[in-house]
Amino acid sequence: MAVELDVFVGNTTIMDEEVYQLWLDGYTVNDAVKVRMEGGVLEECETSADVLLSDTMDQYRTFQMCERLLHSPAKLANQLLFQIPPHRQAILIERYYAFDDAFVREVLGKKLSKGTKKDLDDISAKTTVTLKSCRRQFDNFKRVLKVVEELKGPLVENIRQHFLLSDKLARDYAAIVFFANNRFETGKRKLQYLTFQDFAFCAGQLINNWTVGAVGEPVDHQRSSRVYMDVDLDKEFLQELKELKILITDKDLLDQHKSLVCTALRGKTKAFNEMEANFKNLSRGLVNIAAKLTNTKDVRDFFIDLVEKFIEPCRSDRWTAADMRLYLTHYTNSAHILDTFKHQVVWDRYMGVIKSCIFKMYHD
Amino acid sequence: MPGKLKAKIVAGRHLPVMDRASDLTDAFVEVKFGNTTFKTDVYHKSLNPQWNSEWFKFEVDDEDLQDEPLQITVLDHDTYSANDAIGKVYIDIDPLLCSEAASVISGWFPIYDTIHGIRGEINVLVKVELFNDLNRFRQSSCGVKFFCTTSIPRCYRAAMVHGFVEELVVNEDPEYQWIDRIRTPRASNEARQRLISLMSGELQRKIGLKVLEMGGNAVVGYLQCFDLEGESGLVVRAIGTACTLDKLSSGSAPSTNTHIHPNTAPASNACNSPSKDGKEPVFGEDLPSSSGPPTPFRALPTSSSSPPPFSPSKPCSRQSSSSDTDLSLTPKTGMGSGGSAGKDAGPLKTLLRQQTQTALEQRGASSSGLLLNAREFPFFTLTSFPPGFLVHAGGVVSARSVKLLDRIHNPDEPETRDAWWEEIRQEIKSHAKALGCHAVVGYSESTSICEEVCILSASGTAAILNPRYMREGCLDIGSTDHRFEEPSPPSCGFCHIPYDELNMPFPAQLTYCYHCRRQKVPDVLFTTIDLPPEAAVTGKGCLIQARLCRLKKKAQGEVNATAISNLLPFMEYELHTQLMNKLKLRSMNALFGLRIQISVGENMLLGLASATGVYLTALPASGGIQIAGKTPGDLSNEHHILTIQKRINDTIAKNKELYQINPPELTEEAVGSPIPEPRQRSRLFRSHSESSDELSELDLSHGKKDAFVLEIDDTDAVEDIHSLLTDTPPPTGFYSCNTEIMPGIYNWTSGVQMFTSVRVFRLSNANLTNQGLNKIFTDLCENLLKSFYFKLRSMIPCCLCHLNVTVAVPEEELIQVAVTAVAMTFDKDQTQEKPAEKVIQKGSGEIEEQLQFPLELCADSSSTSTQQSSKISGTVSLLTPAAKLCHNQLVMVRSAGVPETSNVSSRAASVDYGSFADRCSTWLELLRLKAHTIRRGSVKTSRRTQSLAHSVSSLERGSPLPEGRSRSLRSNRSFGGSSVTVVKMTPLSFLPGTRIIKYLGIINMFFIRETTSLREEGGVSGFLHSFIAEVFAMVRAHVAALGGNAVVSYSMKECVLMENPNKNQAQCLINVSGDAVICVRETDQEPVSSSTNIGQSCSSGTDGGAT
Repeated sequence: MAVELDVFVGNTTIMDEEVYQLWLDGYTVNDAVKVRMEGGVLEECETSADVLLSDTMDQYRTFQMCERLLHSPAKLANQLLFQIPPHRQAILIERYYAFDDAFVREVLGKKLSKGTKKDLDDISAKTTVTLKSCRRQFDNFKRVLKVVEELKGPLVENIRQHFLLSDKLARDYAAIVFFANNRFETGKRKLQYLTFQDFAFCAGQLINNWTVGAVGEPVDHQRSSRVYMDVDLDKEFLQELKELKILITDKDLLDQHKSLVCTALRGKTKAFNEMEANFKNLSRGLVNIAAKLTNTKDVRDFFIDLVEKFIEPCRSDRWTAADMRLYLTHYTNSAHILDTFKHQVVWDRYMGVIKSCIFKMYHD
Repeated sequence: MPGKLKAKIVAGRHLPVMDRASDLTDAFVEVKFGNTTFKTDVYHKSLNPQWNSEWFKFEVDDEDLQDEPLQITVLDHDTYSANDAIGKVYIDIDPLLCSEAASVISGWFPIYDTIHGIRGEINVLVKVELFNDLNRFRQSSCGVKFFCTTSIPRCYRAAMVHGFVEELVVNEDPEYQWIDRIRTPRASNEARQRLISLMSGELQRKIGLKVLEMGGNAVVGYLQCFDLEGESGLVVRAIGTACTLDKLSSGSAPSTNTHIHPNTAPASNACNSPSKDGKEPVFGEDLPSSSGPPTPFRALPTSSSSPPPFSPSKPCSRQSSSSDTDLSLTPKTGMGSGGSAGKDAGPLKTLLRQQTQTALEQRGASSSGLLLNAREFPFFTLTSFPPGFLVHAGGVVSARSVKLLDRIHNPDEPETRDAWWEEIRQEIKSHAKALGCHAVVGYSESTSICEEVCILSASGTAAILNPRYMREGCLDIGSTDHRFEEPSPPSCGFCHIPYDELNMPFPAQLTYCYHCRRQKVPDVLFTTIDLPPEAAVTGKGCLIQARLCRLKKKAQGEVNATAISNLLPFMEYELHTQLMNKLKLRSMNALFGLRIQISVGENMLLGLASATGVYLTALPASGGIQIAGKTPGDLSNEHHILTIQKRINDTIAKNKELYQINPPELTEEAVGSPIPEPRQRSRLFRSHSESSDELSELDLSHGKKDAFVLEIDDTDAVEDIHSLLTDTPPPTGFYSCNTEIMPGIYNWTSGVQMFTSVRVFRLSNANLTNQGLNKIFTDLCENLLKSFYFKLRSMIPCCLCHLNVTVAVPEEELIQVAVTAVAMTFDKDQTQEKPAEKVIQKGSGEIEEQLQFPLELCADSSSTSTQQSSKISGTVSLLTPAAKLCHNQLVMVRSAGVPETSNVSSRAASVDYGSFADRCSTWLELLRLKAHTIRRGSVKTSRRTQSLAHSVSSLERGSPLPEGRSRSLRSNRSFGGSSVTVVKMTPLSFLPGTRIIKYLGIINMFFIRETTSLREEGGVSGFLHSFIAEVFAMVRAHVAALGGNAVVSYSMKECVLMENPNKNQAQCLINVSGDAVICVRETDQEPVSSSTNIGQSCSSGTDGGAT
C-alpha cells in the first residue's frame, strides 16, 4: 500500500519560500521534511508528516521544472507554463542566484572549469554547504561568466539585465566573474582572513578603475581597436605602470619621496618610527607590484603580493587602521610634489585602487 | 460556401534546439484546415523566428468551420532528411463563428508535442469572415452559443428555456486500429487528438442544429464526455439545456458577486412543497425497464441491476401507472440495428463525413421526432436558476445500468449507445414522476468503463418548475398543477413536497415548513443542484463525503456484469446510509450538489458520494444519532455503547458549534403536524439490522426530537461508526463544499486559487477485506483534503469551493482520485450576514419600475411586473397572490429563521387542475409575443438601464466592502505587469469581486501526452505534474488569444493515466472544458487593460496562495 503518484498543480503556481530555500540549500526531500517538522509546522497547522512529505515533494518537483527557466531568467517573464506573479518571479530569481559566502570564497579566482567542478565535493565537505547547492552555485557562476564574457558594455549592468538580479547581487557576480576571468589567487593561507565581501569590494575598485571600460566613453573605444570590456584589465594601463618604477630605481626620487612623507607624518602617529624605517621597503613593494602587472602570473598574485609586501609588514609593526590611512594618503599625495616624477595620472589611477583595497583588506 | 478563414503566422519564440551542430533551428510552419495546407518560408538558424507570413486564406463551408480545428504544425527544415516536427497547435475556431463571442484570435500559443510536451511558443492571428446564409436546410449551426456554466450566464437573461438536448457520435479509436501497429506513438496520439477534436466539433454542431430547430439560440450547462471504450470504439456524447438567451446591455449586467446579484429579490409565485424523506429511495434504483430495445443485450440479465431490497414498492407502482411509456424507442432502434454494413478503414475524413450524413438523414426523416424528444425528457442540466424558476425540489433521482461493450460495428450507427441512454433517461423520468415531479434539474450523465463492462449512470433532482420559463409543451404540466395553487416564499418554497401527501411515493416523515408554516416539508432533502441563493439557511455548510470500496471477483463477460449489477444496489444503499449518518452527525438536514460516482475496476468497485450539507431553516432539526445495542444485558457491551454514544453526542455538539448551527428553538405547538410513528421511521438503516425491542427503552435522544438510531449488531457496524467519527473537520479558518459557493459565507474577497490534484494509490496485494479497503480509501480521501488545507494555509480564512472529486480504478490494485477545486478567500468578519442585500434589491426594483415593458420573462419578477401582467389577461391573476408576497419577502429575508406568520393573506382558491394547463398555455403564448416586443424594445431603453445600473453600482461603492477590496487591489499595483496576460481559472460560474462582461466561447480541449523516458521525467508524478501544468498553460493561452482574462466553469472531465514503469513508459489523456470570459473588477465600468487589472488581483490572490 503506497502512494504511487501524488501531484498538486495550481493555476497560479504555489511556492513556499521556506521549502524553496531548503531546495536551494540542497536538502533531500526527506531532510527537508525533517527540517520543516522541527520548525513546528505540524503543530501549527494541525497536520501530519505524510501531508508535509507530499507537499515537499510537490514543491521540489515544481522547482525542478522551474529550474530550466531560471537558467535564463528573462524567459521566466514570458513563458506560459507557470503562472507566477512578477514579484514572486523576482524572489525566485534572486534566491536562485544567491550564494553562500563560504562557498564562493573557496572558488573565487579559480578557473570555472570541469577541473574545479570535480573539487566541489571537497569544498562541500569543507564548507558544509551541500554538494547539490555547491553545484548550483558553481553553475550559476559559470553561466553568468559565459553570457557576459561575450558582451560589450559595463559588466554590472550586463549582469543585471540578463539575469534580472538586484544591484547588489549583480555587483557580487561581477566580482566573481572578474576574479574568475583574471584568475586572482585568493586561496593562499595568508589570504584566508579576507572575506568574500573584501574581495568583492576590491573587484569593484579594479573594475571601475583599471579596466578598459573604466576610462572614458565607449564611443572612443569603438573606433579604436580595443574591445570595450571591463572583464579584462586595461593592457595599456598595465604597460604604463612600468613607468612608476622610477620611484624606486631613482635614488634621489626615493629619498625625496621619503622625506616628504616623513615630514608630513611626523608627530601625527605613534608608529612614525616604524614608518620611517620601513618606508623604502614598503614603497618598493607597492611599486614593484605595479611594475609586474604586465605578467599574467603576477596579476594572479596581486592580492597575495599586497598582503606580503605591504599589509603584513605594517601589521607586524602594529599600525592602526588610521595609521594606514594617514600613511597611504601622504604617500600618494607626496608623489605629486616630486618635480621629476611625470606620471601623475597613472600614479593616481594606480594608487586610488591600491589605497581603497588596502583600507578594506587591513583588518584581522 | 459561407466562410473565409484567414490565418497569419507571426513569430515563434523559445523554440527547442533542433540542430545539435549549430544549437539552432531552421523552423517553418504548416497551416492546415480541412484538406488545404499552406507553408511559411523557412526561417533559418533561430530559436526566435519571425515569419510574419502573408494571410493564408481558406474558403470553407461553415459546417467544416464548426467541425474542424485549425491545425498549425511547426517543423524543422532539414535539407537531406525528412523534416522534423517540433510540435502542433490546434485552434478551435468556433468562438469566431458567433458574433457575440470573440472576433479575432491572436496571441502566443504553446507548441505542443505529445511526446515532448510544450516546446516553445508561436504567435498566430486568426480571423473568420462569415457570409450570411439563409439556407433553411443548412447543416451548420453557427451562432448558437455554448456555455459550460450550469446557470444562466451572467450578462444574459433567459427568455425561454427549451429543454434537454443530447447527442452522441461514435468512431473507432485510432489507438486500436491496425495501422497503429506500424505508426509511431506520436502519429497515433495525434490521430487521436485530431479525431476527438473533429468529433466534438461535429457533436457541438449537431446539438446546435437541434437547438435551432427548437427555436433556441444557446446551450447552457453543456456537458461533453468521452467514453474510451477501448477495442469497441470511442464515444463522444454531450447533453445540455437549450435556451433562448437575451444579452443584457453591458451596463445592467448583474454583478457577479453571487448572492448579491439583484435578482435575488424575489418573488414570484414560487409555490410549495417538495420533499423527500431521506431514507428512501432517493437513490431509487434503476433497473432499466424491461422494455429495453431489441439489442443483443436485452437478453442478458446483466443489462439491468436488480431492484434493491430496500426500494419501496410504492414508487414502482406509481411509476408504471403514471408514465406514458410509449416512446420513440422502437423506431429508432429499428433503424440502428439494421445497420448499413460497409465500413472499412477508409480515411478518417470520409468516415466522419458519412457518419454525419447518415445522422442527418435520420434527423431529416424524423425532424418531428426531435421535438418529441425534447418533450420526452424534461431534463435540465442547470444547477442554479433564476429566482422563481424552481418551484419545488422533490429529491434525487438516479439510475444506473450495467452494459457489456461490444465492438461498434458501424460507426455510422450510434444507435446502440443512443438506446442505452434512452433507457436510462426513461428510468429517470419515471422516478421523477413517482416523486410527483414533472422535471429533473441538475441532471448529469456519466460512465465508468473497465474492460468490456460499462456502467452508465444518470442522476438529477426531481423538481417542479415554473412553466412560465418553458416552451409550451416542454413540461407535462397537466398532472401537477395543484402545486401552483398556493404561493410560498422563495426562501423555503423549494423544500415543500411536490408529491401528494396522501399518496406518498415512500414512507416519509412530514412536518409543516418551519419557515412559512403552511406547507409540508420532509425531514431531510437531498438534491444535485446548488443551494438556491434565496434559501434560508442556518449556520454554514460543509462538504460531506461517503466512501465505499467493494471487492468483487474477477470475471469475464456476462458473469462479470451480473456480479457488478448485483453489487450496485448494496453500494448505493451503503453510500446513502453513510451520507445520512454523516449529515446527522453534523446536525444538518439537507444535501446539495450530491454526486454519486461508482467506478468499476477488475476486482473492485469504488463508490464516492460528495455533497454539501446544510441546515435549511425550513426543515426540521436533526434529532441526533442514537446507538442501540443488539444484545442488551451484556454489561461490557452496554458500557461500550454508552462510550460510543457519548463520543457521538460530543461530536454533534462540536459540529453544531463549528458550523454555527443554532436554529431558533421552536415551541412544540408550532409544529403541529402529523408525525408518523417515530419508531417506524427511524428503524435502522443498516442492512443487517433487525428490529430490537429494547430500543424504545434507550432514550438518549435530544428532547422530543426523534433520534436517528444506529444499531450495533456486528463488527461491521462498529467499524462503520468508527469511520463515521474519524472524519476530521477542516482546520480553523477553512471551509469546504462541492457546490458553487459555501452556504453561510457571503463576502468573498478576490483571492482565488484553482488547482488540480491527482493521487494514485497502490494497494498491497495482501488479501484485503472490504473493511480494510474502505479504511484505505477513506484515509486516501481524508489525507488528500488535509494536504489541500495545508498547501493553502496562507489563504486563510478561505473556502474550498466546487470540490469535484472523481475516483477511478485504472488498474487492478490501483485507486486513482482526481480533484479540481478552487480556494477562495473571504472576509471573516462579516460571514454572518448577506451584505448589502437589501440595498441591491431595492436597486433592482427601481430598474424594473422604470422600464417600459413588463419583465415577467426576465429572471426576476417583482411587484411591478406582476401588476402589469395582471392587466394583460385575466388568467394571470392566478399568479398574483404570489407576487404580492414579495413585499413581505424583503422583510423575511432579513429575519430568516424567525417564524413568519403575517404573510399568508390571500390563498388562492383551489383550482381546477385540468383547466390550468390550458390557461397556462394561452398565457405562455402571450408571453412569447411579448418576448418579441422586449427584444425590439431593448434598444430604446438601454440608455435608461445603464444609468440605473450606474446608480446601483454607486450604491455598491458606497458600501464599505468594495472599498476595502479596491484598496487592497491598489496596494498591489506596484508590481509591474509581465508580458503574459494573467488568466484566472475557476470551476465556478463567476470570479468574486469581478463582473463578467463578455463570454468569448467555450473551451473544450483534449490532450494526450506520452513518454518513453518516465524515470528521466521524474516518474509518474513528474510526468503528470508537468502535463497538468502544460494543460493549464494551453487553456490560458487560448483564452488570452481570444482576448479573455479568465475561464469560468472550468472542469477536468477526464484524466486517464496508464503507466508501465518497467518499460519506462506512461501515457495520459486529459480533457478539460470551461467558458472563456472577459471580466472586470466589480467597480469598473469598462474593461481595464486586462493584463494589469487581473495581474493585480492575482498577485493579491497568490500572496495568499503561496508563501
